[in-house]
Amino acid sequence: MNIFGQLGIVLGICLMGEGVSYLLPITVPASVISLLLLIGLLFVGIVKEKQVAGIADFITSHMTIFFVPACIGIMQHYELILPQIVPFLFIGVITTPLVYGVTAWTVQLMMARKKEDEKP
Amino acid sequence: MMNLIITSPFFGVFFTIICWSFGRWVQQKTGCFLLNGLLVAAAVGIVFLVIFDIPYETYYESASVIQDMLAPATAILAMNIYRQRHILKEYFIPVLVGCLAGSLTSLLSILGLCKLMSMDSVITASLLPKSVTTAIAVSIAESNGGIGGIAVAGVVIAGLMGTIFSPIFAKMFKITDPVAEGLGIGACSHALGTTKALERGEIQGAMSSIALCVCGIMTSILSLFPIFR
Repeated sequence: MNIFGQLGIVLGICLMGEGVSYLLPITVPASVISLLLLIGLLFVGIVKEKQVAGIADFITSHMTIFFVPACIGIMQHYELILPQIVPFLFIGVITTPLVYGVTAWTVQLMMARKKEDEKP
Repeated sequence: MMNLIITSPFFGVFFTIICWSFGRWVQQKTGCFLLNGLLVAAAVGIVFLVIFDIPYETYYESASVIQDMLAPATAILAMNIYRQRHILKEYFIPVLVGCLAGSLTSLLSILGLCKLMSMDSVITASLLPKSVTTAIAVSIAESNGGIGGIAVAGVVIAGLMGTIFSPIFAKMFKITDPVAEGLGIGACSHALGTTKALERGEIQGAMSSIALCVCGIMTSILSLFPIFR
């Protein structure tokens, strides 16, 4: 399918996501609902992998451009962020290995158990 | 003349493309992780707007179309999960438990530290989703009263940490299992970390890209709980 056709499918799913997000009593971001919808449609087979593969590859490899306006937008908030920049950086840096450690440790323990169970 | 250009409907998109291309060029040319393409693009953009005295609102008026494309860009991450469906099936339970543990740790530790250091509530809401991929983090931050741009800053910090230090983390926590290593990288440093995970091995790369999607979904649901709002 041509790239506009593929884009049409993705945008259609996003519109559905907006609708579902509006109807839900909780505020899950519409983009996350669209993601779940697309996974569902792919698994059920209503959307075929090749119908969105081209646009998926293009978007994922050029993803960062979509964040440029938001990043430039920090200039509006420098008065808010500047006084707290040190704790901001500290928290950002210190929590990253913590999350890595907890996740990897949990999984490694489970994998060790799994291997033990599989032994005859 | 200047006014005509900056209020043109093409200006925002044009300006964004120029900044982004420059950032990408600098990153490829230097290969330095600290000169992350997005950081360079934002810095150049801000400097340019300030020098030429162009208000952010004027730029955003015509650049918002690029920002709006974040939603389809997030939805398309579904392809990541779909393409890894076979490996996901094999490790379904460890993936779910690991990502849940990671997402909870991330949210609780950031919330705790922010409270401890009495950070501003807007900044707390923006920093809270910093372990997940940018597109999802921005939506979470904004729906919890945070600011998208600040959320991106947090996300980039986590991503750079994971890209640079994940081999050291593996040694520090004595992680030898490739599934555990991949999930750990994806859970703490999303798409940026995944680039490093791919270098570490095929299983690490696949698990990391699964973790970035699953943690993104879990974090967006967990952050609905009142204590995070």
